[in-house]
Amino acid sequence: MASSTPSSRLSFRRRFTKAFRGFREKGADRLFLGLVGGAGISVLLLALALVGVLYYTATPSIRAFGLRFLLGSTWNPAAGVYGVLPFVFGTLITGGVALLLAVPLALGASIFLTTQAPLWMRRPVGTAIELLAAVPSVIYGFWGIFVLEPFMRYSVEPQLRIYLGWTGLFDGTPIGTDVLTASVILAVMVVPTITAVSRDTLSAVPAAQKEAALSIGATEWEVTRHATIPYARAGIVGGIILGLGRAIGETMAVTMTIGNHDAIPTSLFSQGQTIASLIANELLSNTGPLQYSAILEAGLVLLGISLSVNAIARLLVWKVLRISRGIVE
Amino acid sequence: MTFDRLARRKIFSHVVTVLGGLAVLVVLIPLASVIYTAASRGGSLLLNPAFYVKLPPLPCSTIACQTVGIGPAIQGTLILLGLSGAISTAIGVSAAIFASEYRTHGLGQAISFTADVLTGVPSIIMGVFIYSYFALYDPRLAFSALTGTLALSILMIPIVIRTTEEALRTVPNSLREAALALGMSKWRTTVRIVLATAFPGILTGILLAIMRAAGEAAPLLFTAFGSRLFFSGVNHPVAALPLLIFEFAESSYSNWIAVAWGATLFLIILVLAANVLSRLSIQRMVRRMGGR
Repeated sequence: MASSTPSSRLSFRRRFTKAFRGFREKGADRLFLGLVGGAGISVLLLALALVGVLYYTATPSIRAFGLRFLLGSTWNPAAGVYGVLPFVFGTLITGGVALLLAVPLALGASIFLTTQAPLWMRRPVGTAIELLAAVPSVIYGFWGIFVLEPFMRYSVEPQLRIYLGWTGLFDGTPIGTDVLTASVILAVMVVPTITAVSRDTLSAVPAAQKEAALSIGATEWEVTRHATIPYARAGIVGGIILGLGRAIGETMAVTMTIGNHDAIPTSLFSQGQTIASLIANELLSNTGPLQYSAILEAGLVLLGISLSVNAIARLLVWKVLRISRGIVE
Repeated sequence: MTFDRLARRKIFSHVVTVLGGLAVLVVLIPLASVIYTAASRGGSLLLNPAFYVKLPPLPCSTIACQTVGIGPAIQGTLILLGLSGAISTAIGVSAAIFASEYRTHGLGQAISFTADVLTGVPSIIMGVFIYSYFALYDPRLAFSALTGTLALSILMIPIVIRTTEEALRTVPNSLREAALALGMSKWRTTVRIVLATAFPGILTGILLAIMRAAGEAAPLLFTAFGSRLFFSGVNHPVAALPLLIFEFAESSYSNWIAVAWGATLFLIILVLAANVLSRLSIQRMVRRMGGR
């Protein structure tokens, strides 16, 4: 009996501390959930605030111009007329020309690196291409001013004018600071994005697919052309659109090379302006509240374009990776 | 006849291979050119220790110009990255835990989706958002280290969320179940088991986000604003390397352009080194976890 007393007391204490700890742990659990949940919800609120603040600040311009803002081709602060079309054009033209230049190179490189290159070469060269994406935009812009612009002006653009001048795309004096140079820089910046996504989707193609083609006597290129690429097509297209998304939002490199002229470019040699470069150039040097709010509305347009482009790209990439996972696993 | 066709097909296949190799070379030319230009024009500046601590020079275009330093820009970039790194780690990692460890409600999916959408938002929009908010409510703070930090944080948070989610997904469920079965509470399991296991992946993600922010000038144009002096409080404009490069590169002063090349080389070395290091650590991690 004498020995049972301390043991029962002990068990009571143990029970008490255990119960207390359970209580405390439950409280801690709730606190933890509250903390991480609060962080999660703040991210949602942040996204809402971003759109809300932009919309609120753009309201004066939305009220004043309505649809004329989206369809207007004049941006004239002196006259108080603001139409975003020149910059939508500038954004889409630079992005489009960048894709024309980047896609063949990126596809060639990614096909080479996933199917033909010797194994020792694949990883280091792939990494080197991805490092292109790590170089900051402002550094590409600086390089553009001092290396690419003189090269375009004296070596590339005069030749283009002589041999392709009849197309009308290359009218005007080659000055180097123009839509074409900005597009070339953008091409350099989107190549790693397209290459990376294409490499991922190309290497997600099941080996059986390629072996089937090999077994009926296809050459390496025929395997790639008829077995690998069709299988990865949607993913490659997704990567290209993802690259376009990156090109559309690029600011610094474009601002430093495109010439910053508020009109629809008439040729690839004319100076232009993208929505991003417009914001960078004019947000702080605005002539009044209406221009400020018009620039904010241009920002909303940019947001809309880049979000829809990214959404399309993601759907495509996601589709391919899901299909390939379903088959491989 | 058939032999000829086979030969033609084989030759064509080889031609395509050569074209692919050429594409790789063409793609790598700009990277080589950027590094070469920065190294040849800015290399000598980096050899002088004063370059890292001194103030930038006054503008000047004669031969006897001074090229002093980028001290304030280095300091400002470190401050901005430190603060925004802390904020985005705290919020990003927590939000990712909420989204992927507490899946019983639909909010988690909404958060992953929002993070996906936010990564597609152009970085200049982040700067415009913060600037226009502060221009409405407290214009005195619009150009400050505080707003610069906020703009960079918004840029980094979605990157941290996505990489953290990916890292949490690699933690096998059996680990969580084992810890819970032993009577560990949910939060202890999450912190001591799940986070500890996913730690290298999360760290790599944070490093990637910081390296992305390190080179961004666009979100800082209207927020941190840039300064030629050292840091003087979070409520004042602050210098940053990308802003200094932008301002000096567009100037017409020979000594500013020289300093900008030095800053460019410094930033390239920083970003590329961090990139290569984080890649190596990912590879080591994958190998340690059994390899893929």
